[in-house]
Amino acid sequence: MSQTAEDVHRRLGMTDSEYESIVTILGRDPRPAELAMYSVMWSEHCSYKSSRRHLSRFPTEAPWVVVGPGENAGVVDIGDGWLAALRIESHNHPSFVEPYQGAATGVGGILRDVFTMGARPIALWDQIRFGPLEDPKNRYLLNGVVSGIAGYGNAVGVPTVGGEIEFDDAYTGNPLVNVMCLGILRREQLVLGTAGPPGSIALLLGKATGRDGIGGASVLASSSFEDESTHKRPSVQVGDPFEEKKLIEACLELYDLDLVVGVQDLGAAGLSCATSEPAGRAGVGMEVDLDTVHVREPGMTAAELLMSESQERMMAFVDPDKIEEVIAVAEKWEIESAVVGVVREGPDLVVRHHDRVVAQVPAASLTDDAPLYDRPASPPPDLEAVWGSPAGIPEEVTVRDALEVLLDDPGIGSAAWVYEQYDHMLFLNTVVGPGNDGSLLRLKGTRKGLAVSTDGNGRLCRLDPRRGSARLVYEAALNVAVTGARPLAVVDNLNFGNPEKSEIMWQFVETVAGISEACETLGIPVVGGNVSFYNESDGVDIHPTPVVGLLGLADPMPVHPPRFDRAEPGMDLWLLGPDSTGNLSGSAAERALAGSLTGRPTAGDPEMAKRVIESATRLAHLAPVLHDISDGGLATAVSEICIRSGVGAAVDVTDIDHLLCEDPHRFLAVMPSGQEPEVDLPKSRIGSMGGDDIRFGEDVMALAAAAALYTGALSGRMTG
Amino acid sequence: MKIAVIQFPGTNCEHDVVEAVNGAGGKAELVWHRATDLSGFDGVVLPGGFAHGDYLRTGAIARFSPVMAEVSGMAGAGLPVLGICNGFQILCEAGLLPGAFIANRDLAFICRFVEVEVTSTDSILTGAALVGQRLRIPLNSYQGNWVDPTHSGKVVLRYVGDPNGSQDGAAAVANERGNVVGVMPHPERAADELLGSDHGRILLEGLLQAPAAV
Repeated sequence: MSQTAEDVHRRLGMTDSEYESIVTILGRDPRPAELAMYSVMWSEHCSYKSSRRHLSRFPTEAPWVVVGPGENAGVVDIGDGWLAALRIESHNHPSFVEPYQGAATGVGGILRDVFTMGARPIALWDQIRFGPLEDPKNRYLLNGVVSGIAGYGNAVGVPTVGGEIEFDDAYTGNPLVNVMCLGILRREQLVLGTAGPPGSIALLLGKATGRDGIGGASVLASSSFEDESTHKRPSVQVGDPFEEKKLIEACLELYDLDLVVGVQDLGAAGLSCATSEPAGRAGVGMEVDLDTVHVREPGMTAAELLMSESQERMMAFVDPDKIEEVIAVAEKWEIESAVVGVVREGPDLVVRHHDRVVAQVPAASLTDDAPLYDRPASPPPDLEAVWGSPAGIPEEVTVRDALEVLLDDPGIGSAAWVYEQYDHMLFLNTVVGPGNDGSLLRLKGTRKGLAVSTDGNGRLCRLDPRRGSARLVYEAALNVAVTGARPLAVVDNLNFGNPEKSEIMWQFVETVAGISEACETLGIPVVGGNVSFYNESDGVDIHPTPVVGLLGLADPMPVHPPRFDRAEPGMDLWLLGPDSTGNLSGSAAERALAGSLTGRPTAGDPEMAKRVIESATRLAHLAPVLHDISDGGLATAVSEICIRSGVGAAVDVTDIDHLLCEDPHRFLAVMPSGQEPEVDLPKSRIGSMGGDDIRFGEDVMALAAAAALYTGALSGRMTG
Repeated sequence: MKIAVIQFPGTNCEHDVVEAVNGAGGKAELVWHRATDLSGFDGVVLPGGFAHGDYLRTGAIARFSPVMAEVSGMAGAGLPVLGICNGFQILCEAGLLPGAFIANRDLAFICRFVEVEVTSTDSILTGAALVGQRLRIPLNSYQGNWVDPTHSGKVVLRYVGDPNGSQDGAAAVANERGNVVGVMPHPERAADELLGSDHGRILLEGLLQAPAAV
């Protein structure tokens, strides 16, 4: 190996042994363009080399799964000839380097993953996590990320109907920006990322290729932040929602007219991925001529063209007889297109530039031969000690004291400052929108509704990644159940620190186990996901933060689905589900009132999980309000209903640990007076709605004061 | 009544408008922005979205789209011409309505239900409503702040409260004849109680009951 080549592969983020593997595959030293392709395709972000071994643990099969993990998005059958496509992704590092464009291009990327499958994207959910807002840097990041999501999502014309927001010191040096997308399609419109038979033409559609985002996958997404992270700014792409909107409409028209054999989006790893993956899936090779690629700037090298992550581009594979028609559709929608290659028999991807072969590699080797690591995993040495120190809050704290802090927590208070900046109503589907437990979208022309909840909880997963992640699945399932939907499928976004540390790898393995166990309990498959490692900054790792996105199907959809704002004076308040243990470990109350993170969170109960979800689904057809008990516990859940409905409540639960505990499988139902919820669950009538106060026995908070805190918790910090 | 719903590249509310107009008893059809003949239509709607990406300035490029000559012709002939949100911005840029739009007062996108009050029924949007009637309709815009130094527009819907700084609280503005109207909130998003309100139907019915030429 020459000194220069060694230098280059290291700068591209490859190890020496990875370089040696390339030499073994090719039987020679790689050319510069080949090295570029391997570096992006074998990056952690594209190859899942540290996680792949563990991801096979996930249950992925069910009779309604049409496309499981491995394609651009998971696809499930929702009946009546309809399919739903779903996918979740992260754009953590780009959003820290350049929050507006990082978040915006995250939206663009997830949309392409979904419409690549033939689906029209109908909704987005964003899960965003930052350090405390007292730090102006974090306010800058939040503002930039929300503006970026709004700027792109609103203009591209896909509503953002929900999500999550959390603040914790753990995310100060490394915010998390995840986004989930749901699309729908008719069964016959399903398109896969295949290159098709030999002779098919590779047509590059959309925006011209430039030097933006070069090495985004390898340099930015697959390494940690050191203090020179601003030097990585050129690796962040720039989004253009108008181009994406035209690209969506053009592609949907191509599918309608049945003009393509396969489609692959250009995201991470750009052209390298959009040629090698479809060819590898189809078991064919391809000839690509880089001189035909439409470019934004002159003088780009072959490596730059192959690695560029310029946005708003798609690769369509087309039968030669249909190429004229395809180009006509592109012209109608005013998007550029270029024939850049032809599918060939045999395994090789052959790339030419300036009439020279610059790369000739087995297409499948870029994906199938990627390194696979079995990184050591071991629990943190202080685990037993942490689990052995139960959480507790100071004795003198009253419920009102606790609520004054919790309702003022920007992660618990109203998120309206965020979601009112997002178009969340487009397409006339949003029946239950942002600010409730789960979102509910109607499926026009049917009696059905599609429900989605996305849930993460870094504190729980830090203390016990297995229990914590299982509880996220149960919580998401309960959140869709309270809209009347049964759980159908899961996608997950696994945000972790540096996998080269054994503790981080242990968190990861435990998380995969926890999600798998809970999904098996509920009988739902994992149909896709994303792994984001290296979320560390200056050596400090984030909390292990899996985010679960769960799709549910309401059939039929309730006529009046429960919402937080439908409680009225005189209605009864019921608590359903198991008795709480009073365990505060990992709770919002523990962080806010004790300033600690200790103890072992309560484990989920598989049998109870199933019963509770079944009951909530049925009760959603009867109860005006259903609300799961999570962040901030029972006291917070009651307060939210009161604030959103504008009516007080008197509750006869007074034990503060039980009021703040976040134990799983519990939810509140507001029922018409005297009407008992007829479900086979432990239940108790804990109070009634009415008055101008929120009362827990003699511990009283004025509704107006609670509402002021809740409303201003986030908006006051961002605009005050 | 047969309504042309114009689809510019970047428009995104066109399907919603078609659905709501048809739901209110009309016959709506999508028409691509390069069309040069709208003679088969009784009225036209420019729906919301980001026509031509709203690049340069909202509506600034869309006014040059080929279809706009026909839209102008219909406006001149007294036929109903309605612009919703981005469509309102385009009508202002095209000179069919007075005024122009700047960013919302608080410099943030606003998507939420607002209340508007009917201030005049002398327009193709408000003909089926009553003066003083209050309607709950979603707003969804960043450049929703209407300014009109000429004071020549007729405000037919006024915001209750002041969500975005719009001059005279204008939520909908008509020309003198009342056949060309721009409305910033989205009546098509308030056409079904399941989605939060059906008050928008009163406005869509106004459009569909409008006389063939004012």
